[in-house]
Amino acid sequence: MDYQVNRKGYYGEFGGAYIPEMMVPNIQELESQYLEIMHSYDFRQEFIGLMKNYVGRPSPLYFAKRLSEKYQSNIFLKREDLNHTGSHKINNTIGQILVAKKLGKTRIIAETGAGQHGLATATVCALMGLKCIVYMGAVDVERQAPNVKKMRMLGAEVISAVSGNKTLKDATNEAMRDWINNPVDTYYIIGSVVGPHPYPDMVARFQSVISEEIRWQLEEQIGRENPDRIIACVGGGSNAAGAFYHFLNQEGVELIGVEAAGKGIDTKETAATITLGTPGVLHSSRSILMQTEDGQITEPYSISAGLDYPGIGPFHANLFATRRATYLWATDAEVLDAALELTRLEGIIPALESAHALAVLPKIKLKPEEITVINLSGRGDKDMETYLNHFGY
Amino acid sequence: MYNRINKLFQGKGKNILSVYFTAGYPKLNDTKTIIQELVKNGVDLIEIGMPFSDPVADGPVIQHSSLVALQNGMSIRELFRQLEDIRQSVDIPLILMGYINPVLQYGVDQFCQKCREIGIDGLIIPDLPLSVYEEEYKSIFEANNLHNIFLITPQTSDERLRTIDEASSGFIYMVSSNSTTGAKTGISELQKNYFERINAFGLKNPRLIGFGISNNETFRNACQYAQGAIIGSAFVNALEVDSPLDEKISHFIESIAKDI
Ligand SMILES: Cc1ncc(COP(=O)(O)O)c(C=O)c1O
Repeated sequence: MDYQVNRKGYYGEFGGAYIPEMMVPNIQELESQYLEIMHSYDFRQEFIGLMKNYVGRPSPLYFAKRLSEKYQSNIFLKREDLNHTGSHKINNTIGQILVAKKLGKTRIIAETGAGQHGLATATVCALMGLKCIVYMGAVDVERQAPNVKKMRMLGAEVISAVSGNKTLKDATNEAMRDWINNPVDTYYIIGSVVGPHPYPDMVARFQSVISEEIRWQLEEQIGRENPDRIIACVGGGSNAAGAFYHFLNQEGVELIGVEAAGKGIDTKETAATITLGTPGVLHSSRSILMQTEDGQITEPYSISAGLDYPGIGPFHANLFATRRATYLWATDAEVLDAALELTRLEGIIPALESAHALAVLPKIKLKPEEITVINLSGRGDKDMETYLNHFGY
Repeated sequence: MYNRINKLFQGKGKNILSVYFTAGYPKLNDTKTIIQELVKNGVDLIEIGMPFSDPVADGPVIQHSSLVALQNGMSIRELFRQLEDIRQSVDIPLILMGYINPVLQYGVDQFCQKCREIGIDGLIIPDLPLSVYEEEYKSIFEANNLHNIFLITPQTSDERLRTIDEASSGFIYMVSSNSTTGAKTGISELQKNYFERINAFGLKNPRLIGFGISNNETFRNACQYAQGAIIGSAFVNALEVDSPLDEKISHFIESIAKDI
């Protein structure tokens, strides 16, 4: 089975480019050039060089001994938290900033939830000397304050989005409006596998370095390329897409995405899109989303700003529809426990987003001989305030 | 296909004034009154906005009216209920404008049938791409005598202009500048060049200019370059004033269309 995007920009029945006419020239330009740019020799050289010497790749694949003992199985952590800027988001922004430069753009815009994508975008803009504007929901500006300060120090302008629930969806709306108003000099670096085609495919390709490395690192460490399962958290779905990518056609590898259930899937304060959503169009692609019967998008909730989104990338909607991947959920409370557990067992403070992937360990039957890889998408620095408030240190 | 839209352009053909408002704003049940008052004041065509929670092509004014309308309880079902007997009192062309997702959830087929029953003449769905429309929905629109109105912008290439002209049947919505609704006012030299380029292009469809048309001057200006113009945000703004609906509307339309 082919789980990749087809020539029309769809993953099965999901994807496409439901864009207003104002965005057509920019999307057509990108669509017609992204693959050629990504495959060009110059681009490859620069991309690979920056990934190695600037981001610090390959990121380690770490056998978590004490965590493994606790769950009586074999658990590896893919350490995306050790990347420059502290998450997987930098893999994508390095790639897209090089694309933007090839397209001759001089002004960069981005949306951000947790601030990790905004930070990664502000970073590459500083690196390339390009103007950077980051849209962030007013609620997230509050709860992820350290990242806001970093972005400003890096020279980015952070604009607070005050519509809706003032979180990631609203920041994305504002970024799209900015692009409509500035169609000539501006490039929009989308932070996940969402948005109109070709974004989901382009972002998945940039993040696919995660699974590419997992394969040879596992081979090197235990003599086999395939684990029994991969677990990753899912907001829009970019770290999960990257962690799944090179295993899509390895049917023996179980793929598990974990959504944010917030206060529970039977409450209104949740962001478990696949579990609760239905097909529809949001942010220019057809996918699964949380909505009312009238097709109005409902406001999500999660303790984790990066997963607080009512949609999901079409890549994942298709993996769900074809049953290639399974999507579980974790509540705020489960996530906080999992974060503390990893901290105490392994000395690693995870991002709240990444802790969702850890939080399903007690819910899965792990066999003693099995190999599980968890994608640790980011580190917890930005979440210290939430942790401290909760644990009361 | 031939309906009230074609009749309007064939008949009057110039200085056409089209007005947009968001259904359910300022009050849930204002829809019919607003339509009737607009007709009374000589408006030629009305675009009824179906509010959406995430209107990415809209500026602050229409974002606000959409939010209030949804809070007031507006939905597609409610709108259809309010419009049920609108053709007993109104004979000018009526267009529904909104985003694709609520229409998809209603069901495109059922939606278009309902439009025909009510007497809607066309739809504007900015985030329904031309290619998807042609492959999946064109036959449904046509079966229900509904024109699909496409947008063009200053960035639209010649090739795409031709494709859009080919696909259009009612009129073409000419977005005046690169912007979301209501963002810019006035008509600059740059825009004049664009309007002239389009005029010289020899499109088979008539055009209305929209976005940033807000007063008598911009309306007159736009009418020099197209068969007419569309006013949206400025009208929605005018509805906010604290006076009776009929006064607000007659006052506003008078200020736009005086001496035309
Ligand atoms: C550390 C971390 N993990 C995961 C996510 C969720 O994004 P995605 O699902 O695209 O990986 C974010 C988003 O901000 C993040 O910061």
